[in-house]
Amino acid sequence: MTPTLTLFLIVSAALFCIGLLAALSRRHAIFILIGIEMMLAAANLNFIAFWRFGAEPQQPTGVMVAIFSIAIAAAEAAVGVALVIAVYRHYRTTNVTKLDRLKG
Amino acid sequence: MSASAFVVIAIVTVAGALAAACLRKLIHAALCLVVAFLGIAAFYFLLGAEFVGLVQVFVYVGAVAVLIVFTILLTRREDEDDVGFNWGGVIVALAVFGVLSWAILKTTSLSIAPPAIEALTVKRIGQILMTDYIWPLQCVGVLLTAALIGALVLVMEEKR
Amino acid sequence: MRGEAIDQIFVRTKHWLLSFLTNAPDWAQQVASSLLNIAAVLAVFMTLFALISVLERKILGRIQNRYGPNRVGPFGLLQPLADGIKLLIKEDIVPVRADKVVHFLAPIMMAAPTILALGVIPYGRNMTAFAIDGGILFFFAVGSATELAVFMAGWGSNNKFSMLGAMRAIAQMVSYELPLIITVLPVVMIVGSLSPDAIVEAQGGYASGFAPRWFVFTPWGAAAFILFFVSGLVESNRTPFDVPEGESEIVAGHMTEYSGFKYATFFLAEYFGMFAVSGLAVTLFLGGWHAPLPWLEVIPSYIWFFLKLGALLFVFVWIRGTLPRMRVDHVMGFAWKFMMPMAFTCILAAAVWHYQAHGISGWLWSLGIVLVVYLGLSRLLNTRRNLSTRTYRFAE
Repeated sequence: MTPTLTLFLIVSAALFCIGLLAALSRRHAIFILIGIEMMLAAANLNFIAFWRFGAEPQQPTGVMVAIFSIAIAAAEAAVGVALVIAVYRHYRTTNVTKLDRLKG
Repeated sequence: MSASAFVVIAIVTVAGALAAACLRKLIHAALCLVVAFLGIAAFYFLLGAEFVGLVQVFVYVGAVAVLIVFTILLTRREDEDDVGFNWGGVIVALAVFGVLSWAILKTTSLSIAPPAIEALTVKRIGQILMTDYIWPLQCVGVLLTAALIGALVLVMEEKR
Repeated sequence: MRGEAIDQIFVRTKHWLLSFLTNAPDWAQQVASSLLNIAAVLAVFMTLFALISVLERKILGRIQNRYGPNRVGPFGLLQPLADGIKLLIKEDIVPVRADKVVHFLAPIMMAAPTILALGVIPYGRNMTAFAIDGGILFFFAVGSATELAVFMAGWGSNNKFSMLGAMRAIAQMVSYELPLIITVLPVVMIVGSLSPDAIVEAQGGYASGFAPRWFVFTPWGAAAFILFFVSGLVESNRTPFDVPEGESEIVAGHMTEYSGFKYATFFLAEYFGMFAVSGLAVTLFLGGWHAPLPWLEVIPSYIWFFLKLGALLFVFVWIRGTLPRMRVDHVMGFAWKFMMPMAFTCILAAAVWHYQAHGISGWLWSLGIVLVVYLGLSRLLNTRRNLSTRTYRFAE
């Protein structure tokens, strides 16, 4: 028996929701970053799965989108991490609920 | 594509992801995130996209995870490992998962077996990247440069 | 041909061993084949590890005008055995405040990627343990996991020297990974493949009957080889770049809290990393298993590979015995200010060489480009001005 597309999509949906969980319920800025990364990775898994099971696997569009998406995720992680460090320098905290001042 | 490999990888990936989202200690969460990323890379191998799998390991494990652990080091404070949990997020996440899986399971056209394909070589990916996708590639290059400069500007020492 | 029989002796032995399994199912044959490859790679490199650990001490001894180990066995050759037994029966100490799981996993995470990386290198004709299409990418993908292992060791020990060492190590490994990868790019560009076998294949043959077509004999190749080798020194934390474990400053860096067999695993990982980087350097620039002269091709290919590997390992030891440790901020500055621009120059020079049809004019043009950038950089980065008081950024 080979796994069907449905199974891949379920796993990917699970990963996405775990990422959502981390981004929504944790209050540490780095956990939010982890959640966002996980959601992006889940989306990539979907692209690859649809490419593999799709009607035209000769045309690797899904693979290309996944490659670009990984590059963008890396850029996003770099900027996100830089933001966390900058915020930490300023407020001496990484708890996002404490960052409630508009005045620097 | 074997079912047993799928089951093993799926369990490892989802367990790693759950641990990354829920563990109390930040550093353990970051290391579990690496496990989840490796699992996703294994999925790519299973799906026949070796190149993307290798890039995934290279970028996520080699760069993103290292960035995250380095940030944890630079912003470490003993008392801040456990800073509370918002239970509203759990409800939202569960609801989203319910809706998504309901939609996926309801769609009968998705339960198909993979068609047989010839292996996707690195050479072919390179050729397509340099012909059809040359403009996106350039844009990603500009984006990465911008992100690099932006990150540097953000973490630069503030003049006091 | 008699030469070929000896050349392919290991490949044929493997086929002969696998022929006992012709009736077995397909997956069993695959597993057996992989296991044979793994066993061969591990056996060869464990022996080499034992050998090089004693030879290194011998050579260092000679450089420092003393004998080195010569008590155990003939010429001290059984020294690694004695060391191994000593390390095995030592007490395994885990600090009370350590993060036990992370502390335990770190040495394993350190050694596993280096062993995996050894798999993709072609050791001889038809002798690649793990031949995949993107072998070079695989090498760097698994290699990048060692940074995480260093971090785990530093964090898990819960010791400020370990933490400092780990931070230094990660900062330095991340910085030098860029030149390491970028210097590989010209070779990949010229060959048009990420597979190590194709790269070795492209360096076969001899120009005008005697000169080998190794990439190290082109200006861009020579520059890239030196840059790659220096980055390799840093990646395997060897002198003069061993600031992460600088004994006189931070005890032993991330390995401070490890003892007994776990310490031995770190030691093994360091040497295996050295083998892997040298092996890749041989594959990329020194023609892999090809003989340097046509009439020397009677000597089997794997002997050539290990001769070249041995020569590079000797240079590793030689440098360790000769150069003092660099200052930590100089190591980082060197990576970003000198190595990176030079690495990009190599790509440019390789492109020029390629579009001049690999001929003599391309050779001269690429030499010109490399020289101009090198001289310009050394003029610009006149380090003599910078001999001022040091400021620490990460060790406040």
